[in-house]
Amino acid sequence: MLFGKEPTGFIFDVKRYSIHDGPGIRTTFFFKGCPLSCWWCHNPEGISPLPAPTYHGNRCIACGRCVRECPNGARSFGPEGIALDSSKCVECRICEQVCPTRALEFVGKEMTVEEIVRLAKKDLAFYDESGGGVTFSGGEPLMQAEFLIACLEALRSLEISTAVDTSGFCREEDLLLAAEEADIFLFDIKLIDPKLHEYYTGVGNERILANLRSLDKKLVEQGRGSINIRIPLIPGVNNSPENLEAVIACVLSLRSVSGVNILPYHSIGSGKYKNLGLEFKMGQTQPPSDYEVSQALSLFASRGIHAVKGG
Amino acid sequence: MNERIARLRNESFETYPSISIERARLTTDFYRANEGKYPVPVMRALNFKNLCEQKTLYIGKDELIVGERGPAPKAVSTFPELNCHTARDLEILNTRPMTGYRVHEDDIRIYTEEVVPYWTGRTLRDRIFSNLPEEWLALYEAGCFTEFMEQRAPGHTALDGTIYSTGLLDMKKKIASARERLDWINDPHATEKDEELQAMDIACDAAIIFARRHADLAEEMAASEKDFVRKAELLKIADVCRHVPANAPRDFHEAIQMYWFTHLGTITELNGWDAMSPGHFDLHLRPFYEKGIADGSLDREKAKELLSCFWIKVNNTPAPPKVGVTAAESGTYNDFTQINLGGIAEDGSDGSNDVSYIILDVLDELQLLQPQVSVHISSKTSERFLRHACKVMRRGSGYPSAFNSEAVFMEQLGMGKTVEDARTGGTSGCVETGSFGKEAYILHGYLNVPKIMELALNNGTDPLSGKRIGLETGDPQTFTCYEEFYQAFEKQLHYVVDTKIRTDNYIQRMFARHAPAPYLSVLIHDCIENGRDYYDGGPRYNTDYIQCCGIGTVTDSFSVLKKHVFEEKTVTLADLLRALHENWEGWEEMRQFIWNRTPFFGNDDEEADSIMQKVYASLLNAIDGKHSPKGPTYHVNMLSTTCHIYFGKKLGATPNGRFAHAPESDGTSPSHGADRNGPTAVVKSLSRMDQLKSGGTLLNQRFLPSVLSGDSGLEKMGQLIRTYFKLGGHHIQFNVVDTETLRKAQKNPDEYRSLLVRVAGYSDYFVDLDQYHQEEIIARTAQENL
Repeated sequence: MLFGKEPTGFIFDVKRYSIHDGPGIRTTFFFKGCPLSCWWCHNPEGISPLPAPTYHGNRCIACGRCVRECPNGARSFGPEGIALDSSKCVECRICEQVCPTRALEFVGKEMTVEEIVRLAKKDLAFYDESGGGVTFSGGEPLMQAEFLIACLEALRSLEISTAVDTSGFCREEDLLLAAEEADIFLFDIKLIDPKLHEYYTGVGNERILANLRSLDKKLVEQGRGSINIRIPLIPGVNNSPENLEAVIACVLSLRSVSGVNILPYHSIGSGKYKNLGLEFKMGQTQPPSDYEVSQALSLFASRGIHAVKGG
Repeated sequence: MNERIARLRNESFETYPSISIERARLTTDFYRANEGKYPVPVMRALNFKNLCEQKTLYIGKDELIVGERGPAPKAVSTFPELNCHTARDLEILNTRPMTGYRVHEDDIRIYTEEVVPYWTGRTLRDRIFSNLPEEWLALYEAGCFTEFMEQRAPGHTALDGTIYSTGLLDMKKKIASARERLDWINDPHATEKDEELQAMDIACDAAIIFARRHADLAEEMAASEKDFVRKAELLKIADVCRHVPANAPRDFHEAIQMYWFTHLGTITELNGWDAMSPGHFDLHLRPFYEKGIADGSLDREKAKELLSCFWIKVNNTPAPPKVGVTAAESGTYNDFTQINLGGIAEDGSDGSNDVSYIILDVLDELQLLQPQVSVHISSKTSERFLRHACKVMRRGSGYPSAFNSEAVFMEQLGMGKTVEDARTGGTSGCVETGSFGKEAYILHGYLNVPKIMELALNNGTDPLSGKRIGLETGDPQTFTCYEEFYQAFEKQLHYVVDTKIRTDNYIQRMFARHAPAPYLSVLIHDCIENGRDYYDGGPRYNTDYIQCCGIGTVTDSFSVLKKHVFEEKTVTLADLLRALHENWEGWEEMRQFIWNRTPFFGNDDEEADSIMQKVYASLLNAIDGKHSPKGPTYHVNMLSTTCHIYFGKKLGATPNGRFAHAPESDGTSPSHGADRNGPTAVVKSLSRMDQLKSGGTLLNQRFLPSVLSGDSGLEKMGQLIRTYFKLGGHHIQFNVVDTETLRKAQKNPDEYRSLLVRVAGYSDYFVDLDQYHQEEIIARTAQENL
């Protein structure tokens, strides 16, 4: 450690028995903070790098302890349950501690590498049996690159397999450092058209696609590690044949791809937007039909790519 | 399934269970005429023989496997010599909406006039109850434990492979030679042994007569049958029934019929718990299957058809209903007949074979209540077999359940069995371990462990009745530390267990002396050699299980007391006791605080799990190795079947936030909704229980169909099972939830906190979704369960 201080990370969720974030049975750590703000994001609580106050109305019993005990009077009874006046909130988290039902939560928790390792090791027997391991997701894990790389190093020294689920929007050198430690990258390709990409995610994709090529080159050079391409399939956004053809061309230009997953859009996470007081821009967009999904899969197959539905 | 099976299956589905009073009448007449003439075992055997000679036979249209317990499918006999239904009982059974049994009005009248007057005061149950201590009755009525043998004979026996190579005529020779060897000079028990052996010999004759009567009937039917195909079938049935069970079976058809006659005999002789089980049926049938395939007399479809016919036969025998029922008590039709598939063979090799796969197909196709199938998974089990089993499991019926062969094997070694006898053992009933064909492993009843904790919380008084039924272990409000409270619990535990065991030992002897089972004794090894009955310590191995319920509820409650009351003092005991007394009414804030801020069992939390380990150790200490008249034969079992519901009804509110009268945690599963870290955490917590010291544990895992969907879902299901077993788990069963469960979860999210929903590349807890999406999941689940 350069200055004797262990890096810590800001994590918003840990999911054990994670069965769709890489091979086998895995434990997934969700890193808080993402430079993108995709319209369809199902983990909107992970976008802001700051602790996000959230309210689960269905758990609340309206006991009023938070209102009584908030030292700054930021909590009050509102028309839709407990309200928060963010101008008064200093994030002391007292309301979270006194809430008997865990209806009030500040999403996000600081964790050390040691804590990550301790949690990861709990399911070693499952990784062994299933060929699983640990996945770092988010948010964008590479936004906390120093911490991520420290975690990857620690797990690699314990021979625990790791995966990094990334948008690719990060510093190239961070990505390449992570490539030296991680076993798999779950790399999202959403849209090939840079303008549309910017419109729907808030950032352009030039850097993402350049990073993807550098990562691919690095993995081929070092002869270890692979990329799983993940494509969210969103009706009206990226399901046009032109976009899918462009994605296919991109995939075909890579040499370290070990799998392609098509993830059909769903709106299950939309309830979270309300809990967080955010706007959900997808409105009533419906998930793609089974037919649409199978059409996309056949398109990939016709170009010699075996794509799989779901993760 | 083919037309024959579809028709028989439909008939089995649609036939409403009924009570047949034929057995009761025959038995009553026989006892009236012969009481006092014979030694007890001989009298029992002669009564059995009389039943086999007289009872109405049934050979249904299209049937290939024949024989019913009553005069028709789903007609259940009664056993008045053990316990006699009153007219009122029969009326309730006839009219109750759930699990009713149709009884004809005339039959109720005949029962009242002929059967009831003779047996009143003479039934084994009457005799036992007239002699039970006050302390026992007080604990029994409060729901501290149940008593298996107050209604039914000790049972849930499973057979080994003996009957497939040894006919009853061979058994008669063994019996004759055992009688010749009796040492009338030096053995003070020679008389009793001779009586028992005479009885066994009569029982063999009885079963042979029963089969030959079927042969006669089939021939008679064939004579007037116009359809040539059916005529040939009837003649084949006659040939089979003339050969087995007198002789060892010669082919696949005869092997199945051999087992079925054996099964029917034991459930005609007495009403033993969980009927009878064929044990490792796939292993026993394998040689007959292979021979049939090799000589061309059998093909896969024919084998499947015969097995399906057998399946329907088992499903046609619902459990005999209890006496003294109340209208509200629903009971169950299930009389658990468990078939073990796969596992390890006697020589240690992998047991799965072609027949195992055929049985999985039958199970999947027929979807009947009984028999139930378990798959036994060892390190030698192929991925292919596990995958096939998982495919059937995820269809949603909860079956087959999965057992760990190596654990089942080790548990038996721990109880002193030889390697071979442990390998031929397995599980029967729900999850109970035993050596098939060589052991009487008798269940004595469930123990309500949370209720015992409740006694400690109330200084020995049952808060529901206000009566003092336990020991005075002190007012817990005077306790200064958690340890002191735990000691009070242990004292209550020992008192309750000892009171139960004293009575169990008495009841065991009552069965041994007054209700021996000579036919069953012929089938279980060493009863003949020992000249002793199955109920009298005759088998090679004898085990008495007490099944401990509510480990999740009790662990979580102790965790609350330890953390909040004694350590952090965030809750005072006075307040907590008041809250429990008031069933949390007006204490919701405290209840929620406790429910959300306490380490609970099932989360891979070392603190909570260490409490579970301590309670488990206390249970072992109180039960394991306690003496019965057969030696130090008591062992711990950790299953609840459905008793956690009854026990819950008898239990006030508990410190873990559970409301009064709500169900307790089931088997060794965590309390509903207490496990919030997913299935791997549940498995890790369970693996901290040293399960090899028990005679069985039970883990229910609830899943939404989506979590298990696709090849990947299937693969991960198998990996979860393998990992649990590698970590020492005994049993796991997947309950794939239906829409009804999801509706309940919407209404009562606390209990369903752990239900995971999977949506493509994402999963979340069902109760955390908004209503709109919950509805979407419900709609989709309804589709996926189709």
